[in-house]
Amino acid sequence: MTSTEYERRPLIGTEAPALAERLHRLWETAPGLYGWLATVDHKDIGLRYIITAFAFLILGGVEALVFRLQLSWSNLHLLTPEQYDQLFTVHGMTMIFLYAGPVLSGFSNYLWPLLLGARDMALPRLNALSYWVYLCAGLVLYSGFALGFGPDVGWFNYVPLAARAYNDGPNIDVYALGMVLLGISTTVGSINFVVTFLRMRCPGMSINRVPILVWGTLTASAANIFAIPAVSLAFLLLWMDRNIGTHFFDATAGGSALLWQHLFWMFGHPWVYAIVLPAMGMVSDGLPVFCRRPLVGYSVVALATVATMVLGFGVWVHHMFATGLPGVSLSFFSAASIIIALPSAVGVFAWLATIWTGRPVFTAAFMFFASFILLFTIGGVSGYMTGSVPVDWQLTDTYFIVAHLHYVLIGINVFPVVGATYFWFPKFTGRLMDERLGRWNFWTMFAGFNLGFFPMHISGLMGMPRRIYTYGDGMGWNWLNLITTLGSFLFGLGVLLFVWNVMKSWKSGAKAGDNPWDAPTLEWATPSPPPSYNFMVIPTVGSRHPLWEDRLARPAKVEKSFIARGLTLEHGREALGTTPLDAEPNVILKMPDDTLIPLCLALAMTVLTIGLARVNWLVVGLGALLIAAAIIAWLWPSTVLGETAEAGRDG
Amino acid sequence: MWRISPKCPFSGSSRIAAVRGFRPLLLGFALAPFSCAAAGAAPLEYLTGAGEKAGPVVALTWGVIVISLSVILVITALLVGGICKNSPRAVVVGEKSAIGPDEGGHKWLWIGVGVSSLVLLFTVVWTMVVLADIQAPASRPSVTIEVTGRQWWWQAHYVSGEGRDFTTANEIHIPTGEIVRLKLLGGDVIHSFWVPRLAGKMDAIPGQINETWIEAAKPGIYQGQCTEYCGVEHAKMLFRVVAQSPADFRAWWAHQLAAPVSANGRQAFVENCGRCHTMRGTRATGTLGPDLSHLMARQTIASGVLPNNPRTIAAWIANPQAFKPGTLMPAVKLSDSDRAGITAFLLAQD
Amino acid sequence: MADQLNQILPVGAMDTRASGWWAMIFTVFTEASLFAYLLFSYYYLAVQPHAPGTFPEGGPPPLMISAINTAILLTSSAAVGWAQLSIEHNKKWRLVAGLGTGALLGMIFLVIQCFEWANRPFGLSSTPYSSLYFVLTGFHMAHVAVGVVMLLALTLWSGIGYFNSRRFAHIHIGALYWHFVDAVWIAVFFTFYITPLLGLKA
Repeated sequence: MTSTEYERRPLIGTEAPALAERLHRLWETAPGLYGWLATVDHKDIGLRYIITAFAFLILGGVEALVFRLQLSWSNLHLLTPEQYDQLFTVHGMTMIFLYAGPVLSGFSNYLWPLLLGARDMALPRLNALSYWVYLCAGLVLYSGFALGFGPDVGWFNYVPLAARAYNDGPNIDVYALGMVLLGISTTVGSINFVVTFLRMRCPGMSINRVPILVWGTLTASAANIFAIPAVSLAFLLLWMDRNIGTHFFDATAGGSALLWQHLFWMFGHPWVYAIVLPAMGMVSDGLPVFCRRPLVGYSVVALATVATMVLGFGVWVHHMFATGLPGVSLSFFSAASIIIALPSAVGVFAWLATIWTGRPVFTAAFMFFASFILLFTIGGVSGYMTGSVPVDWQLTDTYFIVAHLHYVLIGINVFPVVGATYFWFPKFTGRLMDERLGRWNFWTMFAGFNLGFFPMHISGLMGMPRRIYTYGDGMGWNWLNLITTLGSFLFGLGVLLFVWNVMKSWKSGAKAGDNPWDAPTLEWATPSPPPSYNFMVIPTVGSRHPLWEDRLARPAKVEKSFIARGLTLEHGREALGTTPLDAEPNVILKMPDDTLIPLCLALAMTVLTIGLARVNWLVVGLGALLIAAAIIAWLWPSTVLGETAEAGRDG
Repeated sequence: MWRISPKCPFSGSSRIAAVRGFRPLLLGFALAPFSCAAAGAAPLEYLTGAGEKAGPVVALTWGVIVISLSVILVITALLVGGICKNSPRAVVVGEKSAIGPDEGGHKWLWIGVGVSSLVLLFTVVWTMVVLADIQAPASRPSVTIEVTGRQWWWQAHYVSGEGRDFTTANEIHIPTGEIVRLKLLGGDVIHSFWVPRLAGKMDAIPGQINETWIEAAKPGIYQGQCTEYCGVEHAKMLFRVVAQSPADFRAWWAHQLAAPVSANGRQAFVENCGRCHTMRGTRATGTLGPDLSHLMARQTIASGVLPNNPRTIAAWIANPQAFKPGTLMPAVKLSDSDRAGITAFLLAQD
Repeated sequence: MADQLNQILPVGAMDTRASGWWAMIFTVFTEASLFAYLLFSYYYLAVQPHAPGTFPEGGPPPLMISAINTAILLTSSAAVGWAQLSIEHNKKWRLVAGLGTGALLGMIFLVIQCFEWANRPFGLSSTPYSSLYFVLTGFHMAHVAVGVVMLLALTLWSGIGYFNSRRFAHIHIGALYWHFVDAVWIAVFFTFYITPLLGLKA
C-alpha cells in the first residue's frame, strides 16, 4: 500500500474467515531468516526475551553452584580467590541485570497487547531494538568473563576498588560499558511500555480496568525512565576516570568514593522494585483465576504498587548506613525503609483474602503463586529488620542480607515467573504443561530453596560476612554452609525439572484450547497461540473481567464487553490509539512492517561500545556514524506509516 | 481434558502435622544462634552483646526478630488455612466452572494494614530511641584510636595527646568500662570495621574520617572482621579487640612504648624487612606493612589468620602467598642465616 | 459501544497523537534525569572540602561569553518554535527557514563553546572541577550536536515537501527535543556560571 488517508470512518465488523485471512496476510512476519531477524511482532520478541533470560538464569545458577561448593566447608581450596571473585560478581550481574528485568520484560511484552486488546505494542521497531541491544549487551558483558577478564569486584562495583589504581585490566571497562549498553535496552523498553499504556488500550479499558500485571510493569517502566540514567552515568564516569584521566571518584585527587555509591543506589534501589512489581502483578492476575473469584481490593493493590515504587526512590541510603552519614540522614532513611513495608503488606493481605474468600484449585501455577506469598513475607520481614539502622549496623554485609535478597529475588521474581509460565504457557504455545511433573518441580524448588537460603539468616546472625571466598575452622558456620550448598543443588535440580517440563510440553503437551483455565481477561479470548494480529476486531470492554461478565453479578452501570464485534482496522497494518485516561478511540495508528534497521542499530551501538572498551577512537567514530545512519533511516518519514503529506485524499 | 486433583496438598491430618511441625522447626532455627553463642562456638555472633553500646542494639535486634518470626507464623497459618479450609471441587481443564462473587474480603485489608502500621510505627520509634542512644557515648571517651583499613590488615594508631602515641596492627587493646573513640580512615580502598559483640559496623573510606565508639563491660577477646569487600583477601582481614582491666590496659600501653628486646638478627631484620615494616626503636621505618613492634605480644599474625607461634612466623615469612594468595607481601629472598636471624629476632619481641 | 466506535478518526501520525511524540516526551524525561544526576554530582562534589581556588578552578568562569552563547541557543529555540507555527499554517518555506536557522545557531553555539574550552586555564585531568566542567558541558554539547543533525535532517525533509498542515509530527517531535536541550543548558549555565557568584565555591 503506498497511499494513506488523512482520516476515515473505520468499519465495524464481526469475526469472519475472510477478515482473518486478510489480517493474516498483513501482519504475518516474513518467512525464513529475514523474517526472524526483522520481525517486530511483540509475541516473537517477548518469547525471545524469556528464552534468553532463562538461559542467563541457568548460567548464573551454575556460577552460584560452583562457588557454593567452595563455601560448603571451612578452608576449602576448590577455587582461587580471584576465580571466586569473578564468579560471585558475574553471578550477581547475570541474575540482577540479565535475568530478573528481562524475563519480566519478556512476559509483559508478549502479554500486554493481548491484555489491553491491542494489535501490538505502540512502538514495534523500538521493541525489536530493545531485544537486540539486550542480547548484544549480554554478549559483551559475558565476553569478558569468557575470555578470563570478567568483572571481579562485586556487581555493585565500589570505588576505589574498581578504579584503575586497584584494578588495571579490562575487566571493569567491559563491565561498565556493557552496562551502559544494557541500560539503553531497558530504557527504550520502558518507554515502549509507558507509551503503550497511554495510547493502546482498547475502547472502554479505563485505567481502573487494566490487569495488575499492567500496573506493575507500568510502574516499573516509569521508574526505570528516571532511575537508569543514574547508573549509566556512574559507569560512564568510572570509565572516564579509568581511561581519560577525570577525577570524579578519586578521593586522593579531591573526588568522592561515596559519589559512586549514591549514583549507583539511586538507581539500584528503584531497580529492585522494578524487578519484583511486575511479578507481583502476575500473581495478582493469576492467583484469582485459581481461586475462582476476582482479586480482593483491586484499586488498593494498584495504588499500593505505585506507592511502593514512589517510596522506593526515597530509601536508597539504606544501602549506605555504615558509611558515616549524619544522624538526620540516617533517621529519615531508616524510617522510610521501615514504612515502605506497608504498601507491600497490602498485596499480601489482598492475596490472602482472595484465597480465603475463594475456592482454590490446586494447579502447579497455583502452588507457585500461593507459596510466593510466604516467601514474600519472609523476604519482607528480613528487609524490615534491616531498615532499622542500629540493627542494620550488625546485619549489613553479612549473610543475613544474602538471605534477604534471595528471598525477595527468588521468592518474588523466580517463583511467580515459574508460576506465570505454567499459567500462560498454554496461551504461548497452545499446549499445557505437565501438571504431575509440575508438582515435582514445585516441591523440589520449594524445599531446595528454603533449605538453601533459610540457614543464611542464621549464618548472618552468627557473623558470617559477605563476599568471602573461605572461612576458618571454629567460626561456627560449617554446618550451615553445608546445608546451604545441599539445598542450592536441590533447588538447581528443581529448576532443571522446570526446564525439562517446558521443553517436553512444547513438543508434546496436551492441547490447550483458547481458555484452559476459564480465566477472565482478554488474552484468553484469542486462539492459543494467538494469530499474528492478536484480535480480528478490536474488543470493547466494560469491566475488569470481560470473560466472566456473564457469571458475575453486574451492577447496572457497568457496560458489557464486546469481543466478537468491533473495529476491523484492515487498511494495512493498523491499530487503534485511544485517550490516556478513559481509553476512547482518537486515532488509527499505522504500524510498521518487518525491518532490519533495529538489528543494524543495535549492532552499530555495539561497535561503538567495543570502540570505547578498547579506547579506539576510530572505531568509536565509525560506530557513531553507523548509529546516525541507522537512526536517520529509521526515522525517514514514511507514507505507509502516515507520516508524510503526500497522497492524502485531500490537500 | 483432564481434571485438577481436588486434594489439598496438606490434606487431613498431614496438614495439622505439617503446620505443627513447621513451628518448632522455625523456633529451632531461631534458637540455634543463641545456643551456639552460649557454647562460644561462633566468635562473630552478636545476639548476646557485651557492652554499653551493644546492649540496646541487642534488645532491638531480638525485638525485630521476634516480630518477624511472629509475622511469618501468622501468615503461614493464614495461607495454609485458606488453602485447606474449603472442601475443594474438581474442575476440568478447558471447561467453565463456577465463579465466586466479586465481594467480601475487604476486612482483611483493613485489619492487615492496620496491624502492620502499628507494628511498623512501633519499630520506627524504638529505632529512633536506640539510634539516639548509641550515636554518641554517654560520657567522654578516655581512649582515642585511629584505625586505618589497609589491604588486608588493620593499622591502629593510639593517640595520647602527650607524646605517648604509638602504632600497632591487627590486635586492638581497650580498657573495660571506659569509652573508646575510634576514628576510621581509608588507607587504600573501602574497608569496614566490625567487632560484632561490641558494636555495629563503620566503614573506613578514603577521603573521609568516620568516627564511632565502643565499650566493653567485661574483659575478654572480641573478634572482628572486615565487612566491606576490599579485594582478593577480604576474607582474611580479621582482627581482635582485647578488653583488659584499666590497669592491665595502661601496663600494655606502657609496654608498647618500651624499647625492642635486643637480639641477634636485628640487622638482618632492618635490612630485609625495614622498607615495609616499622619496629619502634630500630631503623626499620617502613609503613607499607603492619608495625611489628612487640610482635610476640599478639595472639595472631597475618591479620588474624594464623596463630602466633614460631612455626607460623617462619612459614609466613617463607611464603606468605601460601596462606593469603594475593597478599601484598612478597616472599623475600633470604639467605639461610638471615632467615634464621630474622625469625629469632622477631620471636624475641614480646 | 456503537456510538463510541462510529466516528471519523484521523489516520497516521497526527500531532500529539503520534506514538513518536509520546516516545520523545519520555526520552526527554530520561535525558533530563541524566542531566539531573550530572548536576547532582556537581553539587555533591562542590560541598566537599577543596583547597581555595580549586572549585571552581581558577575562579568563577567568565560570564559574558557564555551569556551571549546562551542567548544564541535560546534564539535558536525561538526560530524552531516559529518553524512549528509556520507548518501548522502550511507555510513550507518559513518552516525550512526556521529549522535551518535553528540548526545554524546551534552550530554557532558549538563553535563558541569549543573556543571557551580552548581558553580554559585547566585541562581535563586537573581536578574534580575540571572533570565536571568538561564532562557536563561535553554531554550537553553532544546533545546539541545530535540536535543539529536532527534539525538538518528535518530541514531537508521539509524542503522536499514531506510535511503540511495535516502531517507534521516529525517537526513537533524534533522541536520538542531541541527545546529540551536548550532548557537543560539553562540549568547547566546556572550551575557553572551563576552559583559560584552566589557563594558556592571553595
